[in-house]
Amino acid sequence: MDPMAEIKATFFQECEEQLAELESGLLAMEGGDDGSETVNAVFRAVHSVKGGAGAFGLDDLVRFAHVFETTLDQVRSEKLAPTPELLKVMLRAADVLTDLVRAGRDGGTVDEARTEAIAAELNAFSGGEADAVADDDDGMGELDFQPLAVGVPAAPPAPEGGGWTVLFKPRADLYAKANETVLLLRELSRLGQVEVELDASALPLLPHLDPEGSYLSWTVRLTGDATEGAVREVFEWVDGDCELQVQPASGADVPEKSDAATALPGPEAGGELDIASLIAKAQEAAVADPPPAAEPTTADAPGAPASAAATPAKASANAPAAAAQAAPTIRVDLDRVDRLIDLVGELVINQAMLAQRVTEAGLARASSVAMGLDELEQLTREIQDSVMAIRAQPVKSVFQRMPRLAREVASATGKQVRLITDGEGTEVDKTVIERLADPLTHMIRNAIDHGLEKPEKRKEAGKDPEGVVRLSALHRSGRIVIEVADDGAGINRERVKQIAIDKGLIAPEAALTDEEIDNLIFMPGFSTASEISDISGRGVGMDVVKRSIQELGGRISITSRPGLGSTFTMSLPLTLAVLDGMVVSSGDQTLVAPLTAIVETLQPRSSEVHGLGGGARVISIRGSYVPLVDVGVSLGYRTEPLEPEAGVALLIEGEGGARAVLLVDAIQGQRQVVIKSLEANYRRVPGIAAATILGDGRVALILDIDALVAASRANEAPRLMQAAG
Amino acid sequence: MSLTILTVDDSRTMRDMLRLALVQAGYTVLQAEDGQHGLEVLDDATPDVIVTDINMPRLDGYGFIEGVRADDRHRTVPILVLTTESSPEKKQRARDAGATGWIVKPFNPEKLVDAIRRVAA
Repeated sequence: MDPMAEIKATFFQECEEQLAELESGLLAMEGGDDGSETVNAVFRAVHSVKGGAGAFGLDDLVRFAHVFETTLDQVRSEKLAPTPELLKVMLRAADVLTDLVRAGRDGGTVDEARTEAIAAELNAFSGGEADAVADDDDGMGELDFQPLAVGVPAAPPAPEGGGWTVLFKPRADLYAKANETVLLLRELSRLGQVEVELDASALPLLPHLDPEGSYLSWTVRLTGDATEGAVREVFEWVDGDCELQVQPASGADVPEKSDAATALPGPEAGGELDIASLIAKAQEAAVADPPPAAEPTTADAPGAPASAAATPAKASANAPAAAAQAAPTIRVDLDRVDRLIDLVGELVINQAMLAQRVTEAGLARASSVAMGLDELEQLTREIQDSVMAIRAQPVKSVFQRMPRLAREVASATGKQVRLITDGEGTEVDKTVIERLADPLTHMIRNAIDHGLEKPEKRKEAGKDPEGVVRLSALHRSGRIVIEVADDGAGINRERVKQIAIDKGLIAPEAALTDEEIDNLIFMPGFSTASEISDISGRGVGMDVVKRSIQELGGRISITSRPGLGSTFTMSLPLTLAVLDGMVVSSGDQTLVAPLTAIVETLQPRSSEVHGLGGGARVISIRGSYVPLVDVGVSLGYRTEPLEPEAGVALLIEGEGGARAVLLVDAIQGQRQVVIKSLEANYRRVPGIAAATILGDGRVALILDIDALVAASRANEAPRLMQAAG
Repeated sequence: MSLTILTVDDSRTMRDMLRLALVQAGYTVLQAEDGQHGLEVLDDATPDVIVTDINMPRLDGYGFIEGVRADDRHRTVPILVLTTESSPEKKQRARDAGATGWIVKPFNPEKLVDAIRRVAA
């Protein structure tokens, strides 16, 4: 990639980080954090975005960032108090900044009117100081450097007679700041022909000499058509640290001396003191020393490492420091990581096969082969974990989009909301993160739009008018659990049930538990919004959320307490590549049931199993009836149902807590298996989620628990309810 | 002989841009992420020129420059301040801390190299 394009990519990546920093800083300030470190971090974030944007010519972004920065600078210097009103504006400004960054990255436009409006609001707070500074900024580039590079030909002609006489007397401060007279004189010599005269008359005798004092002064006669501005420009950085006079050279003066000193003064030109010739020599040396190529082209990227390698002298001395500074991250194509994960998957399978062979060969557990294999197994497991960790990312990237969403939804619905996020550092597979954004967005919308009450209503109920939505993530038993909890009114069960009846989703006489009623909102076609708001009424309901979570191998459930709020809990696998499974057999087939779905295993008795007609059976478990799924029959491995005593039952729980019992022939054991997509390699099979390869080389199918539970419910639920009722 | 430049900036973008421009110009580049880190790098490195940002976490540019000047080994190294902040008082503050000169962002490679050339022998 073109190095500039690469840096630009880095810039946008960094912008995202800075924007996140900005937002969390502003939110912290809103929460009462007025520490200077927080304010500084917020300022730096905007400052940094502006700095990079300028380099890439993103003018709209620079302009807005500048206005924002100016306001923040006043807050930072305590000229402006971070009132709640100001913070609200700044949070919206952060949103605009985000949009501008995205527009810069992805193309597209932003709502100019909105940008202008927010900028005007910021200016109103800061007193509109930004404009003045903007002018200053714009001018700086040329002021500092232009004259040095191309100013000479373009400059207006020098006064009649040509040239300048420059009187230059450095103070000690000039040297203390590492400025060098010889370099300044060299700069001056670039403007035309110079004749340098040293005045060392102030130099004291050695005993009185302060090694850090300044005793020398110079008079430089410059011929050529340089402007006074260009001459003063040379001394810009030492302004105030020296005495400087720039006077037009008298016409007579220059020609008179010009034959004595045509270009740089030779050793004889300085006169009285050897120091003069030393300076002159230093000057010559400095000029002779080839300055680094001043016009690098961005295209010759391959040349850059070469030129760095060609100059190893200094580099080697400083190598350790440079190496310690190496970038802590690298960017790798996802394809490469996935290929690695695939290979590790193969490795796991191979190792399992090897283990099986060793067992079959009848080698003792203590034999060196078996022990070596144990080590290999452990190593394989570690490699696998490490490789998976490469794909793991903190959920922060998704979580940090939510505060903005919450603000937008809140303002569109007239609600007041505080979004609290927790556990942003929790890591999960990148694919899971990417596919989490949509369902999470929808759930936050729902929590605010449907969950929280309007401020007036909350007041009536004796609650804080500002509602709280809590978004949290944590690792629990090998899965990531994400919760969206609101402190709103909770699910209105009567209304939910009525709607479900009206829509024909349930029978009017159905006796549902509270939990079952709550779960009705996940049913396709269910929507409680009595008016279609443009927030939640986008044609997707909780059923879509549920489906997308399921597709990730996850489950979602809801708990709700009237008047106190609702909590949606999602549990997702950390990776989509491996699975802890229970290996079972059914008919002549070996199958794998995801371990996370299994609640318990039991030995069924015929007396507990009841036929419902049509081949459907239920099993009574501690007093409640659960549909019984004969896996062999369901998947077509046999036609005759298995006698309960002849098999083993797995109580499984699908999403939303729906349960079923799977009847299989036998349990072979627990094992971690590598998931191979059946769809990608064969085709979709109902009741089967994926496939894997076992240690003996056979393919085993992984059961689609949710599909099996759903199928059992679809067939038997109505009858079940009658039986229970 | 190639000069070694230490760049101190908390922005990865800016560090990358500086490195690209400087390496292409034939310099050797050392990097630090903030003032504190810059002082740590200077513990075992002696760059010929330092280019530093002002607004940085932990230790800002002013503090960093003062730290460098207080270190006998580095008191004479030229320090260029790299900043978008162009207000005179900020420049003055940087100079008071001991900065040799300044480069205003956004910079182009020529500007940068030119500024370094002005302070480096």
